[in-house]
Amino acid sequence: MTEIIRTDIASARELIAFRIGAQEFCVDIMSVREIRGWTPATALPQSPCFVRGVVNLRGAVLPIVDLAARLGFPPAEPTARHVIIVAQIEAQVVGLLVDAVSDILTVTDDLVQATPDVASDMAKTFVRGVLAIDKRMISLIALDQVLPAPERDAA
Amino acid sequence: MDAMAAIKQTFFQECEEQLAELEIGLLAIQDGDVNPETVNAVFRAVHSIKGGAGAFSLDDLVHFAHVFETAMDHLRAGRLAPSHEVLKTMLRAMDVLADFVRAARDGGCVDAERSQTLAKELRALDPDGSGAGSEMDDEEIAFEPVLMDQSMFDDELEAAAAPPVRLFTIRFRPKATLYAKANETALLLREIGLLGEMAIACDASALPLLSELDPEGGYLSWTIELLTTQDEAAIREVFEFVEWDCDLDIESDAASAAPDDIDLAALIQKMQATVEAELSALSPPPTRVDPLAEASRKDADASADPGVIDLAKARQKKSEQAVGEHLGPKPDQGAAGGASQPTIRVDLDRVDRLINLVGELVINQAMLAQRVMEAGLARASGVATGLDELEQLTREIQDSVMAIRAQPVKSVFQRMPRLVREVAAMTGKLVRLVTEGENTEVDKTVIERLADPLTHMIRNAIDHGLESPEARAAAGKPEEGLVHLSALHRSGRIVIEVSDDGAGINRARVKEIAASKGLIAADASLSDEEIDNLIFLPGFSTAPSISDISGRGVGMDVVRRSIQALGGRISITSRPGRGSTFTMSLPLTLAVLDGMVVTVAGQTLVVPLTAIVETLQPKIADVHGFGGGARVIAIREHFTPLIDVGRELDYRGENADPLACVALLVESEGGVRSALLVDAILGQRQVVIKSLEANYRHVPGIAAATILGDGRVALILDVDAVVASSRADSAAFEQSLATAG
Amino acid sequence: MSKTVLTVDDSRTMRDMLMLALSDAGYRVVQAEDGVHGLEVLLGETPDVIVTDINMPRMDGFGFIEGVRSDDRHRAVPILVLTTESDAGKKDRARRAGATGWIIKPFDPVKLVAAIRRVAA
Repeated sequence: MTEIIRTDIASARELIAFRIGAQEFCVDIMSVREIRGWTPATALPQSPCFVRGVVNLRGAVLPIVDLAARLGFPPAEPTARHVIIVAQIEAQVVGLLVDAVSDILTVTDDLVQATPDVASDMAKTFVRGVLAIDKRMISLIALDQVLPAPERDAA
Repeated sequence: MDAMAAIKQTFFQECEEQLAELEIGLLAIQDGDVNPETVNAVFRAVHSIKGGAGAFSLDDLVHFAHVFETAMDHLRAGRLAPSHEVLKTMLRAMDVLADFVRAARDGGCVDAERSQTLAKELRALDPDGSGAGSEMDDEEIAFEPVLMDQSMFDDELEAAAAPPVRLFTIRFRPKATLYAKANETALLLREIGLLGEMAIACDASALPLLSELDPEGGYLSWTIELLTTQDEAAIREVFEFVEWDCDLDIESDAASAAPDDIDLAALIQKMQATVEAELSALSPPPTRVDPLAEASRKDADASADPGVIDLAKARQKKSEQAVGEHLGPKPDQGAAGGASQPTIRVDLDRVDRLINLVGELVINQAMLAQRVMEAGLARASGVATGLDELEQLTREIQDSVMAIRAQPVKSVFQRMPRLVREVAAMTGKLVRLVTEGENTEVDKTVIERLADPLTHMIRNAIDHGLESPEARAAAGKPEEGLVHLSALHRSGRIVIEVSDDGAGINRARVKEIAASKGLIAADASLSDEEIDNLIFLPGFSTAPSISDISGRGVGMDVVRRSIQALGGRISITSRPGRGSTFTMSLPLTLAVLDGMVVTVAGQTLVVPLTAIVETLQPKIADVHGFGGGARVIAIREHFTPLIDVGRELDYRGENADPLACVALLVESEGGVRSALLVDAILGQRQVVIKSLEANYRHVPGIAAATILGDGRVALILDVDAVVASSRADSAAFEQSLATAG
Repeated sequence: MSKTVLTVDDSRTMRDMLMLALSDAGYRVVQAEDGVHGLEVLLGETPDVIVTDINMPRMDGFGFIEGVRSDDRHRAVPILVLTTESDAGKKDRARRAGATGWIIKPFDPVKLVAAIRRVAA
């Protein structure tokens, strides 16, 4: 009895799916704090190209990561229709710029397939696996690598 | 357990306060303060530390505090004169005591040799002067009973196997003084009852006639038979507080009656019956003299024997009288009742949260104001007026909230006398430290970061500033040098000065060193002020050898840098033969900053006002190319590096046209002046400092962020970093040219 | 209703410890920081027992006891004196000043409560 319950808790989870260009990705809903519309960011000097800058999130300074650029796609051209997924990554809060949020999925771990070998190095760094849902392919993203390491890319 | 840990923390906090008291007191006595309360206060400080330490079984601390206290007691009792030597010993003992406190708090140990030496010196202060060594034992023995006393006899009894039951006969005749001290027969009897089974007989034969009866006199006596496993000492302990105020006689028949021979059950049963009967007659206690409490239970105990009734009436009469007196005039009872509670303790997190919220409020208010302006509402409209009031209120709330976290600089200043003593001892100089304005308040975050630079400056003042006693005497100065430390508020900042009456800066030597280290050209013509400020340059150190005192090779440049990191400035003035004064000015808080809002390549930036010396409009004739991409601007005939902020931060690839720009003359690390080129100045304002590191990381050239009135994030420029990076760029460029050529 | 104890001690540590021991034993505790403060508190409180330190600023324990004993409202309140020294001199002086009993510091909470019970119902 206990065993079964434990398995259920461990494997069933909710994911937020979003689009970048023609592809779909998702992140664990537990790390998502809120979803906001795009507002212009203040550029940060000497930052990697995928860091769009910082915005004001109710008084806190929130860095915005262009997830398209981070995953190796052409950088986004943000419009008012773009959204920012505010996510908690360890102790930090980060905004992820994506085209649109598409779905909320409830999945169990056994639906997550290994990342196909064809994926680029960039994708391998961030993609933890892929999901096949309604004939769509959705890549599950791990957020822990999204921010640049402190000072590493400083120059 | 948690509660005890919290109390222990309080204890250590209190120790710090007591140590500070102690120091102030001892220094006052040293300066000739003969007020007995001063001596009492220092005694009390050591006494309190000892008392608390005992509660936490901090034995080392207790022992040293005890020796110290004993010496202090001689001083207090006038058996020991407060000579210079005595106070010197006491001040050093105080430092050791502080070491013991910190060792107890943080772990670690105290220099055993030092503490033993001081303990010996303290003991040697005993005017009845026996030697030091032997007294150690005496003292320990003398102290031991206190610890013994604390052990519960209950525990001891539990340990003893099957103690014998004994029958005691206790004869107890209280005197009037017993009641005058608020002891009560009934309670004592009850406590005796807790020791075993007892039977009580009351003898009222000594009661006088009612007319002669003193309502507070003691007329009754009691005979108690107690069957107990406890010994006589336990019974005596119950009467411990009253042994002078009663006749007490305790007899034991233990010798005659072996427990086995007694029919215990029967005896106990009989006694129980007696006890219950007696106790019901006793309640409330017949001899209690407590006018107020008794007045409320007049109904009471009108049973039992005549003596009791009479007493009750007498008591009642007395109480009515007493009540009458007390219902009379005492108008301020209620008001004074709550009694002074001048401070509250608040969790720092709560204050910080409040400060953050007020920060949000300030930003929101600014945003609102900007929106209203954008909406084009007339200045005189109700909205605009309301907004002005809101701004006023917001500012007041901010100031008040900041004031909560403000603390007097005392906590840092108080650490300095010890430092002075230590450095004085190491350098062989005679130093007197005078402090002023220690109640000047500044934000807690600033205070925390003040200690290091201040320590360094004081060390520097003694080590480099003051001369040796011989040199001072030769120069006709008092042998004792003076270091003056002061704090005051000036135009929204705190100004701290460290001055000495030493030899002043040896300008010829400073210039020579600076030239030899390549910091200035050998033939540079510098004003006195400029020479004095050379000591702030990185890598400059006037000490011929790296001194153990002024730091391991670190110089005043480190001090300057740490002060600038706080948004502060430091300067020096010096007069040869008269001494030097270091003046530092710091913001009152690290939560807000006065900044100049500028635009650079379409970005809005904030430049800390403290860094800006002046702003100017560059003229074409003043700007000169200077190798590679570097440019300089002539400001009053001084060629100053011109740094394009936009380019430095990579906001643009090409140098901006200086004529279309504004230059900010800034002074950065090491007193270096540079001109920062920005596109336009939008205005000055106070901004709330926001961390970039919290959610991102450090960005080169940027000190922090803030949120402006339009709700957008603006970056706060790190002037030092921009200047330093620009210099490095030019150097690299020149080098590449050199290697290419 | 629980009994009220007034503690008078200039040391925060000691006040906290007394507070902890006494409130654990079910007493209501009111605090004062020295003799003068203690007398002020007594204007508005009627404690069942007073526990006071001797060595305090402004007004020491002896002065405080005399103050309490000379006030008709409180002269019958039992007063226990906190003392580090077990020497007879201190106790005797406290006793002559009108103290009901004493507690040796550092105190054991059980003994503290026992001493209070011995002087207050």
